[in-house]
Amino acid sequence: MLPEFELLMPRALPEALEMLAGRASDGMPIAGGTNVIPDLRGGRYRPACLVNVAGLPELRGIRWEDGFLVIGGGVTIAEVLEDPLVAQFAPVLREAARVLASPLIRNRATVAGNLANASPAADMAPPLLVLDAEVELTSREGSRQVPLKDFFVHVRRTVRQPHELITAVRVPLPPESSRARFFKVALRKADAIAVINGAVRVDLAEDGRCRAARIALGAVAPTPIRAYEAEKALEGQPLTPDVIAGAARLAAEATRPIDDLRGSAAYRRAVTEVMVRRALE
Amino acid sequence: MEPKLITLKINGRTHQVALKPNVTLLYALRDLGYTDVKNGCEKGDCGACAVLMDGRAVNSCLVLAWQAEGAEIVTAAGLGTADRPHPIQEALADSGGVQCGFCIPGIVVAAKALLDRNPHPTEEEIREAISGNLCRCTGYGLIVEGIRRITESAESVESAES
Repeated sequence: MLPEFELLMPRALPEALEMLAGRASDGMPIAGGTNVIPDLRGGRYRPACLVNVAGLPELRGIRWEDGFLVIGGGVTIAEVLEDPLVAQFAPVLREAARVLASPLIRNRATVAGNLANASPAADMAPPLLVLDAEVELTSREGSRQVPLKDFFVHVRRTVRQPHELITAVRVPLPPESSRARFFKVALRKADAIAVINGAVRVDLAEDGRCRAARIALGAVAPTPIRAYEAEKALEGQPLTPDVIAGAARLAAEATRPIDDLRGSAAYRRAVTEVMVRRALE
Repeated sequence: MEPKLITLKINGRTHQVALKPNVTLLYALRDLGYTDVKNGCEKGDCGACAVLMDGRAVNSCLVLAWQAEGAEIVTAAGLGTADRPHPIQEALADSGGVQCGFCIPGIVVAAKALLDRNPHPTEEEIREAISGNLCRCTGYGLIVEGIRRITESAESVESAES
């Protein structure tokens, strides 16, 4: 049985934002509940009040808006997987959605919730980091856009204030020459938390050199991280085996992993290098 | 907090029930007598509590009952019973896919969600669709075989529902 809490059921976004503002000291949003309910049961947090944001009409759908692919704050992982815009313009996000938890979870879990929960192993984080995504945080005072690279603060801590809600995740259209890949190492194929995960993105110049690069890694630090030094080692270079191997080494050096039941710190660092190298090849 | 009277639509029936906000859909269903919905892990890892919610398979242990108000809930028993089994249930029994049986209602629900969207899935797609459902008898081989048999006669699924 779950601990007691108050549950507020707004019917529209403005009402939800009022409720979150009114209960900023002891409330939190719940959408798909796939993290919140196990965490309530396990005692990770004890909010006196939950504000149900699942099903709010304003948070639905994936659409184009001013050069951004806008993923509504209520969009589930299953909806990402089925969306033709994502398949065409952000296939790396689809790759990650395919291996996030299980189909049963994907039908409830939201992209916004995966980010808000701020697990270091969140599968949506690396692809959205390499896509330069922004998180739209909305309160009754208005909205602000936070680059995802500045969103995570620590394990399960983000810059989201208690009265704010993630109303969208915005992904700028990548250039035509952009290629990205996701990878995940886990103890089983499905319904597994990552030992490590990550994504790489390379935008090619006309001469075949790397014009811009992004490397994002999960489950190897208190938050999902970018490997900035590794990215710099690629930029302006031809993607030769030596350049790739060097960048992969720098990516492994950017990690600060821990030992846990899924893997040792040493293994995580070693496998990061291998997976980044393979993803770039 | 005080209970609230909510309306749940389950297997085509409408129930008015007073529930506190911290009651999950899983508990609400079992307390209403829908005990074909099994309580396994209560954290979304095992799929034994899976139900269809507006056509999508979800873990009922991770849905608050209040969140399910207005949705069409279908449990395995809503698809078919021992007297009038759904083709999926029949195929699982015929294939020998049912051992202790605890995971089967959830598997039936996951298979139904799959076949509704994809009447002729590959073996890979079948395995993917039930990847959130644990069978501790580890009878996956025959479960997959049972679901595969239906896909060879998907017409029979459609006719059984009409």
